[in-house]
Amino acid sequence: MEFWVFFTAKPLMWLIVTIATFIATSWLNRRVGGTPILHPVLVSLALIIVFLLLTGTSYETYFEGAQFIHFLLGPATVALAVPLFDHFERVKKMLLPLVLACMAGAVTAAVSALLVAQALDASMGTLLSIAPKSVTSPIAIGIAEKIGGYPSLASGLVLITGAIGCVLAPVIYRILNITDEAVKGFTLGVSAHGMGTAYAFEYGLMAGAFGGLAMGMTGAFTAFMLPLLIPLLGVG
Amino acid sequence: MLIGFLILLLFQFAGELIVIAVGMPVPGPVVGMVLLLIGLIIKGKVPESLRVPSEALLKHLALLFVPAGVGLMTHFGLLKQDWLAILLALIVSTALTIVVTALLLNPSAKKLRNINQENS
Repeated sequence: MEFWVFFTAKPLMWLIVTIATFIATSWLNRRVGGTPILHPVLVSLALIIVFLLLTGTSYETYFEGAQFIHFLLGPATVALAVPLFDHFERVKKMLLPLVLACMAGAVTAAVSALLVAQALDASMGTLLSIAPKSVTSPIAIGIAEKIGGYPSLASGLVLITGAIGCVLAPVIYRILNITDEAVKGFTLGVSAHGMGTAYAFEYGLMAGAFGGLAMGMTGAFTAFMLPLLIPLLGVG
Repeated sequence: MLIGFLILLLFQFAGELIVIAVGMPVPGPVVGMVLLLIGLIIKGKVPESLRVPSEALLKHLALLFVPAGVGLMTHFGLLKQDWLAILLALIVSTALTIVVTALLLNPSAKKLRNINQENS
């Protein structure tokens, strides 16, 4: 027991647990054919949370080690400029319809989520965490921190949104008779961020490229739009 | 590699400073991303020293969400109380977002395809 207390007190242990769990769940996900239901992040969260609860470890103790990984979200967010620039160079002549579709989609995502949750009496913390749910996690975590939501709840809701988007999109495309690969990919990027982009690659390389562009544009636009929109809707 | 990582941190730092100076509620790294994008557009290409660490970070992006995500364990009460509102809000708004974006972009589909093929 003394030995255990000694080890859990060390931030290094939680760093190792996080990376090792993620490597294991990524391997597992590849083995089962990459299904979004067993997404490595979702499975890692479940396993680590169970482990912490079983060992009676607080989230604060865990985060003393895990913060070194969390810190890298900042530079990783800045690094999103690189793929965004690559896509921008390819489609800059067509930027206007893309920007308009992205802005309309991003506003629809935030406003409709807030209105539905508000109508069902969700608490303020939930509302402020649900607002950035269509945005790629590193940006959503930053937005939730800024507008007063819970970053960890926001990152969980982002993942669930990604999975929902991948399930709904093919059905909606069939109903609306959307057949173009670029439109399919871009729409997945706007509505379901990185998970939608990964899914878009199944339609083809072009769909994936448009998905990546949409994800970056939606993230940047939402970060500037939400802090202005939230007071207008009377939330926060 | 090291220079590129330093560039990313410097742009993040610049973003954080601007956010504090202007007092806007936007995440500092997002402002850093926009600044770097403007810089790359002016320069016209991505230097290899920047591309290597950027792609390394983005390749393992999913791992970086885990520490914040584990924090869900502190919100079980909230989730229990609001789960129906959350689930309906996510499903309805994701469906609406797909419909709005796809319908707005679909009329430009042919042009998008042509431009993309010219460039590739």
